[in-house]
Amino acid sequence: MNACTEKTIPVKVSTARTIEFAIFRHNPFDEASEPHFETYQLEEADSMTLFIALNEIRAKQAPSLQFDFVCRAGICGSCAMLINGRPGLACRTLISQLPTKVTLMPLPGFELIGDLSVNTGKWMRGMSEHLQTWIHSAEVSNFDAMEEKMAPEQAEQIYELERCIECGCCIAGCGTAQMRPEFVGAVGLNQLARFKIDPRDNRTDAQFYEVIGNEHGVFGCMTMLGCEDFCPKELPLAQQIAYMRRAMAAAGIN
Amino acid sequence: MQTIVTDALIIGGGLAGLRTAIGVKRRGFTPLILSLVPPKRSHSAAAQGGMQASLGNSAKGWGDNEDVHFADTIRGSDWGADQVVARMFVHTAPKAVRELAAWGVPWNRVQKGDHKSVINGEEVTITERDESHGLITARNFGGTAKWRTNYVADGTGHSMLYTMSNQAIAEGIEVHERMEAIALLHDNGRCQGAIVRNLITGELMVYLAKVTCIATGGFGRIYRVSTNAVINQGIGTAIALETGIAKLGNMEAVQFHPTGIFPAGILVTEGCRGDGGLLLDAKEHRFMPDYEPEKRELASRDVVSRWMETHIRNGHGVQSRFGEHLWLDIRLLGKKHINSKLREVKEICQYFLGVDPTESLIPVRPAQHYSMGGIRTDYRGESPTLKGLFAAGEAACWDMHGFNRLGGNSVAETVVAGMIVGEFMADSLTTEATLAISSTAIDSQVNEVRDELASFQRSENNENAWQIIEAMQSVMTDKVGIFRHGEQLAEAVTELQSLYERAGRIKVSDTSRGVNPELCAAYRAKKMLKLSLCVASGALAREESRGAHCREDFPLRNDKDWLKRTLTSWSPEAASPAIDYEPLDVMSMELPPGWRGYGGKERIDHPDTPTRQAEVDGVQAGDADRFAKQQQLMPFTGCLPEPFRGRNARLSEELDA
Repeated sequence: MNACTEKTIPVKVSTARTIEFAIFRHNPFDEASEPHFETYQLEEADSMTLFIALNEIRAKQAPSLQFDFVCRAGICGSCAMLINGRPGLACRTLISQLPTKVTLMPLPGFELIGDLSVNTGKWMRGMSEHLQTWIHSAEVSNFDAMEEKMAPEQAEQIYELERCIECGCCIAGCGTAQMRPEFVGAVGLNQLARFKIDPRDNRTDAQFYEVIGNEHGVFGCMTMLGCEDFCPKELPLAQQIAYMRRAMAAAGIN
Repeated sequence: MQTIVTDALIIGGGLAGLRTAIGVKRRGFTPLILSLVPPKRSHSAAAQGGMQASLGNSAKGWGDNEDVHFADTIRGSDWGADQVVARMFVHTAPKAVRELAAWGVPWNRVQKGDHKSVINGEEVTITERDESHGLITARNFGGTAKWRTNYVADGTGHSMLYTMSNQAIAEGIEVHERMEAIALLHDNGRCQGAIVRNLITGELMVYLAKVTCIATGGFGRIYRVSTNAVINQGIGTAIALETGIAKLGNMEAVQFHPTGIFPAGILVTEGCRGDGGLLLDAKEHRFMPDYEPEKRELASRDVVSRWMETHIRNGHGVQSRFGEHLWLDIRLLGKKHINSKLREVKEICQYFLGVDPTESLIPVRPAQHYSMGGIRTDYRGESPTLKGLFAAGEAACWDMHGFNRLGGNSVAETVVAGMIVGEFMADSLTTEATLAISSTAIDSQVNEVRDELASFQRSENNENAWQIIEAMQSVMTDKVGIFRHGEQLAEAVTELQSLYERAGRIKVSDTSRGVNPELCAAYRAKKMLKLSLCVASGALAREESRGAHCREDFPLRNDKDWLKRTLTSWSPEAASPAIDYEPLDVMSMELPPGWRGYGGKERIDHPDTPTRQAEVDGVQAGDADRFAKQQQLMPFTGCLPEPFRGRNARLSEELDA
């Protein structure tokens, strides 16, 4: 029988495990607070995600617990954290795929706000301002006229790179970023690659070189490629870094 | 206390707020955006399927124009919309798409030649013109006569939001992230900024502004099952209500989207059905043609959601341990299409359901999705009662959606409203807007906020904020949902009133500095309960069915008695909202009330309808061109800011001329 004709949702049957969560706790605004782990027990439920689990822990056991969720659907990039040591999106992590002991820590490489909440927004805005992640072109002011044409496949290629959700997993998984806070990371390099292939952006390679032709940019990458391993959107980050490095090496020589 | 002064305070960093700020800035004023989250994480990012604008470039959109988009929008609204505002919207939407294209949105483009597509369950070939190649293409959405929804795969909102946010950064617009406006400052009937809580440090701050715009999105989280992001609690709408001066419009008009995945309620786009996906029941029978022979799966959302629930009530739902649901079938669209144009849908199915939609059916059931209601504004986006307070996007009842919004018209509204309202805010800054609030008024309003926050720490309090929010969400989903009945609505109002009283006794046990999530839940609970009471009371009072508001005890649309907009206010001393109404004038409508083209055909007509219809028919029968006819029926161009008045160029009109 075709699986589609079954009348129940094909989710795993709960074994009602009790999960032990060891959660990093620290409130930097409370002088008495020391970084530490606290443990919470929670009974697993069907289709339970870390979004559901953390909200339940907060509502019933730890009212001061801080974490960030917005879309809870894997598209906004708010909830990245270290889940048993690996960067990932908490909202779409199913408890059924985790062992009975789960350690949760805030994403490294970003300013801590409290507990599992980090300031990725500030970091990303800084990166955006530094790399100027917007279309540089002559100002168009008449939008009554027909739009400029673009090759259909070119638009699709741009979107391919634009799917980045600035979650910060690539920074958390990056050796260089941990050593060099100014490193723009895969998120920055990929975004510039996105603008480089966009025919609407008139920046030259020499201009890109000015911002990423150094150890804080594309030459800082040690090609350990944790970024690609942990990217929740499965972006081709290694390829984009290589593409930018070739272009920047050529621009540097010229 | 820190006080920050700016020309224009924009509350909300999604598409509407960002575009409004850009407009203000380009006119030489200083905007400042407050955002709960980094702007790129706003709920605008969740719009998957696309943005309606009548470019008419693709074969199935050929012949589209503002008139067709306007008629679709008014029919979708079940004649609840403000027709002048809808006209302003459809006229500006093509400019908005083109502006975003210039700023970087990689809109999917027309590919010339033959394409396989699926329409009404059957494979068809669509041939695109050579001349259209490379122009922005469109897909089909519900309730539309033409394929009009421009898109970027199924990440349209994401691409639009990233582009808009980057543009705001490029223009040097300041965004204060993780800031929550928890009260509006006002004096002498004029809004003068907001009292704001820093969601990192927990400190209160004062932002003073000559004009303020609320662009905080919808309030879906007053429901238990909602596609909305967790930040969509309607706090921006609530603080406008709490002034006692600004009013909310049509709060009972709440949209339920047909395809929330079951049971999590996460959205899968209408594009699934627009691209040819089908709705199936437990026997895998395609049931929508049985109810809606004309539009089938692609009637408006209110209609499709009601038929789905009806079909489940009739015993055709799929049983599961979480309750009953139906199936969405997109397998027939093929792997290539799903892997490129519906990849977010595919990811959502994989991660949250553990299924591959190229091979399996998707369990779906309608879920709360959109708030047509919001802060009542005039066509300029300003509150008619609280001067200096503007609103844009889902937070506003600008009122282009009436009682039901069409898919693809909401991201379109965010940007279009941002363009228009930004200009009117700048006009206001140029002419009348001043900062004239006394420090006594500021102090007394800040003290009220401080007192309220402190009240949650009283030792005798004994209620839990999260439990109260959960109870509220259950009342709303169970009793103020898709099908409504007077008895249940009356129960809902009573229960919400009791929850509201209990919310005054919420206990916050955590007293440490910082954001204090328990305190956030406490003050938000009270505000959300006020909104819930507005929705439930408005729904109880409105004794008819219109758009998404469906009363089983009053099943007909009643234009004779109910062709009017609900206005809700809440005076600071009151324990419940006050409701009054604003009539819609049939005699000035370009499209007089009639049958929508889907859904029920019976209704109670307004006495003016035949007279106005005869007038409209007379004009339409004349020889004038479409612009002249439109101008004669309902002039609107003068309402638009000057930069947006030009006619939109269209390939179809150039070639067919």
